[in-house]
Amino acid sequence: MELLLNIVIYLPLFGVLLLLLVRKDEWVRWSSLLITTATFVLSLPLLLQFDITATGSAQYLTVGEPFLGDWDVKYMVGLDGLSMLLFMLTTFMAPIVVLSSWSSINKHVAGFYSMLLILQTGSLGVFAALDLFMFYVFFELTQIPMFFLIGIWGGKDRIYATVKFFIYTLVGWLLMLVALIYVGYAAGNMVNDGVFTTDWRLLTDHAFQLGLVEQTWLFLAFGFAFCIKVPIFPFHSWLPLAHTEAPTAGSVVLAAIALKMGTYAVLRYLIPLFPNAAIAFAPMFAVLGVIGIIYGALVAMVQKDVKKLVAYSSISHLGFVVLGMFAFNTIGAQGAIIQMVNHGLSTGALFIIVGMLYERRHTRWISDFGGIARKMPVFTVMFMIATLASIGLPGLNGFVGEFLILVGTFNSEVLGSYWYAVIGALGVILAAVYMLWMFQRVMFGPVTNEENNKLTDINAREIGLLIPIMLFIVWIGVRPTDFTKYSEAEVTHLLEDTRTRAATIAQNTADDRLPGWASRLYDVTPQMVSNVKHENQEE
Amino acid sequence: MAEHIIESIFRFLPEIALTVTLVAAVVADLILKERNRNVAWVVLAGLVVTALLVLRQAGWNESIFSDMIAVDPFAVFFKMLLVIAGLFIVLFSVKSRELEQNITRIGEYYMLITGVIFGMFLMVGATNLLLMYLAFELTSISSYVLAGFTKSLRKSAEASMKYIIYGAVSSGFLIYGISMLVGITGAIDIYGVRDALQAGVEQQSALYVAVIMIIVGFSYKITAVPFHFWAPDVYEGAPVTITTFLATASKVAGFAMMIRFFRISFMESGALSVPGLDGFIAIVPWNIILAIFAALTMLAANLMALWQENIKRLLAYSSIAHAGFILMGLALLTDEGISAMMIYLAIYLFMNMGAFFVVLLVTNKLDSELISAYEGLGHRSPFLSVAMTIFLVALAGFPPTAGFIAKVYIFGATVSAGWIWLVAVAGLATIISLFYYIRVVRNMFLVDPEESSEPVILDYGSTAILVLLLIPVLLLGVYFTPIVTWAKDAVTMFGM
Repeated sequence: MELLLNIVIYLPLFGVLLLLLVRKDEWVRWSSLLITTATFVLSLPLLLQFDITATGSAQYLTVGEPFLGDWDVKYMVGLDGLSMLLFMLTTFMAPIVVLSSWSSINKHVAGFYSMLLILQTGSLGVFAALDLFMFYVFFELTQIPMFFLIGIWGGKDRIYATVKFFIYTLVGWLLMLVALIYVGYAAGNMVNDGVFTTDWRLLTDHAFQLGLVEQTWLFLAFGFAFCIKVPIFPFHSWLPLAHTEAPTAGSVVLAAIALKMGTYAVLRYLIPLFPNAAIAFAPMFAVLGVIGIIYGALVAMVQKDVKKLVAYSSISHLGFVVLGMFAFNTIGAQGAIIQMVNHGLSTGALFIIVGMLYERRHTRWISDFGGIARKMPVFTVMFMIATLASIGLPGLNGFVGEFLILVGTFNSEVLGSYWYAVIGALGVILAAVYMLWMFQRVMFGPVTNEENNKLTDINAREIGLLIPIMLFIVWIGVRPTDFTKYSEAEVTHLLEDTRTRAATIAQNTADDRLPGWASRLYDVTPQMVSNVKHENQEE
Repeated sequence: MAEHIIESIFRFLPEIALTVTLVAAVVADLILKERNRNVAWVVLAGLVVTALLVLRQAGWNESIFSDMIAVDPFAVFFKMLLVIAGLFIVLFSVKSRELEQNITRIGEYYMLITGVIFGMFLMVGATNLLLMYLAFELTSISSYVLAGFTKSLRKSAEASMKYIIYGAVSSGFLIYGISMLVGITGAIDIYGVRDALQAGVEQQSALYVAVIMIIVGFSYKITAVPFHFWAPDVYEGAPVTITTFLATASKVAGFAMMIRFFRISFMESGALSVPGLDGFIAIVPWNIILAIFAALTMLAANLMALWQENIKRLLAYSSIAHAGFILMGLALLTDEGISAMMIYLAIYLFMNMGAFFVVLLVTNKLDSELISAYEGLGHRSPFLSVAMTIFLVALAGFPPTAGFIAKVYIFGATVSAGWIWLVAVAGLATIISLFYYIRVVRNMFLVDPEESSEPVILDYGSTAILVLLLIPVLLLGVYFTPIVTWAKDAVTMFGM
């Protein structure tokens, strides 16, 4: 199984060689479809064999030899409850993305699919990597194809959009690289006999106790990088632009997979590595998450461009994810994980649908459409399901994630206030307003534009690529436990472990040695810490 | 004594081989007359022999000619880098169209290149202060002539002139600093200086001034801000091959000499780096000055690179900026820092030569050095553009290229020595650098070419040279244990 995991990760990368061999555009499309489908099929055993009760250590673990001279930096991949669903989402979306760009990409076809495949390997690596350093390397591997995907095959302002996207993201990650090196040395000194290490197992070791002041700075450096990638409210401005200018496939990958790297990294690294800082800053992140929910929804409401509207709705949905993660309880974090998957499915579907409209009409303005429902009945059904899923209608997937997150936030001890949940819930109402309003303007009403009379319904390929997404949208909505069960044990373990370590570090810190701002900052959660202390004593 | 000299001669074979090559080049130039471009092959053969002789020196740790020159792992490491750089420069020169403007004197050109490499060999080995100065001048003077080689071009002559004036001033600083140091310590080689400093010197402030002057002298060679002003003009005006040579080999040799000098004389003795001195010197020891120079270099050069329209000037500023990154290692006063510098220098050599070689090829084909000339190059010559992108990504310091490894090690060493502010500045500088590297990539791939543009076709020779440069840049990005181990072993210097 370890070997299989590696095969799944690298198959797309080696697939690029196949694409370079076949010359004809049509063959390039078929071979990419073949490679991505094979990757998906091969990844299924990983899901089926997964032991959902195991916690604390990853499964299918491959641990290489340290390769960075005398530093303990290893090639290390494996899957656990946090990454399993996102890993599967990535392999699942790939063939769909390939199909969605079947007829819309005619320029440098081989180049386009090569970029998609490299991106695929990078993304799978990001989710599977269990060494912070490898995570960084895989992440950078996803940046370069994304840069070209938007820059070469994008819309009118593609160059500006891609440069902005690229620089924005890298700025954050360079800062993180510096923090990462610091963490590596610190961990080396505390838990690895003085040898630099970024091994995930050692970074979450109980003996690895960063001081509170150190934690604050490192948390902010890591947090900044992840905030940009997610993106969380004040750092979001690259997203609508990149989404709008990217080709359909680029938008789908960006929404379904690339943005998840940010939220996944928060759960995987930011919270466990700096437990005290994460708890102390949780209200701040929750506030930013709530602002993101409301702000994204309000801005989405006034958009004239369908694609931009979907892009802003992404910001709103990701606000929920952030809120759920910083609720610091199992329900919230579970909701966050399932919401990541949901957002990937429903927003991915919406981008594909908008792409289909664009391919037919070469416009994205809402006012150019109207009355399409009569011309494209099948399309209307698909669009309807995706829209309702995005709104969070009970019975579809969006509801599950948002509901769990709001329940988690409501009961959150760390946040300590139900207002986050109350205001966050407004986002659901606003989502209904902007999505349904958009849907009504695009699909119903009289045909105001003659061009729309010539529209033809979606063909078999287009139906075929949407059906699997719709299937999962309904499946998750009806039987969410089929999916949440994968992450439940691991999430519970992770959060408990984080709290325990936070309590230990807080106990070991002498108050008088902290600077004033730090002792004030970490006073925010005294009851948290004392709660855990009580629990420990009872045991 | 005679035995020592004879033994020394056998330890001096690479340098002797270079001298023989130089003479052979003169003779070949006279014999070949009209076909004097073939002198290149004579020099190439000479350099290959030199490389083999350098390889034979692996593992030696000796001092020859009565403590004039050290033949130690450190010197061998740098000699190997320099001879590789020399080989590539000769190959570049064969492909250069620019040099043909002065084709009748091309034999002289190759002779001078051999001469510079000889000077650099002495620079990396020299342990005697006077020999250090002589070696420094030997490389400088030959470089002045090379920078003005295409003398019919106005900007080339101007470049040479500026180079001479700046060079003369800075070597004045160096010799003044050295003479003060000799006066204060009474020693003529770096070991003597170390012993004298360990014993303690009375004239602390004079020593301080001497060290600052020596730093200034070196700073000019390695183009550290604020002594970099000559670099962009000279790099722009000189033929591309010589620009490459100055930006890579010359800088590597300068760094090697600087590292040896400070490592042996000052780090070993601990002088000027420990508290206990009074006044200004205590607050700003010399390594803080180096750190400030490094920070200034990284920030200023990267900022200035943003506004460049000429690709040679852009790469010139980029190479100044890299000097800043490398200089960080020396300020740390740790062996980890020095081995990180050596890793960086080795990788820097390949990625920078690669980028300059692409510039040379593009200039050959399109007769333009402007960044706008690269628009649409991705369609006109995919291989050339992909190669350039890889070199630029490496220069920017991103995985999976060797440039990332170089950055990780130098950042790591700096963090580990506790200089967090310096790493923060370096991170900021890297971010700034992204903007101008990405501009070139953007022009190559994202801007559509004009209708009339024809494909740019490379000959097999150039493709082969590019591949030779791409291999280390990519390979060292994923499998870098050899270079790291080698650099760590090569920190060993004679007399430590």
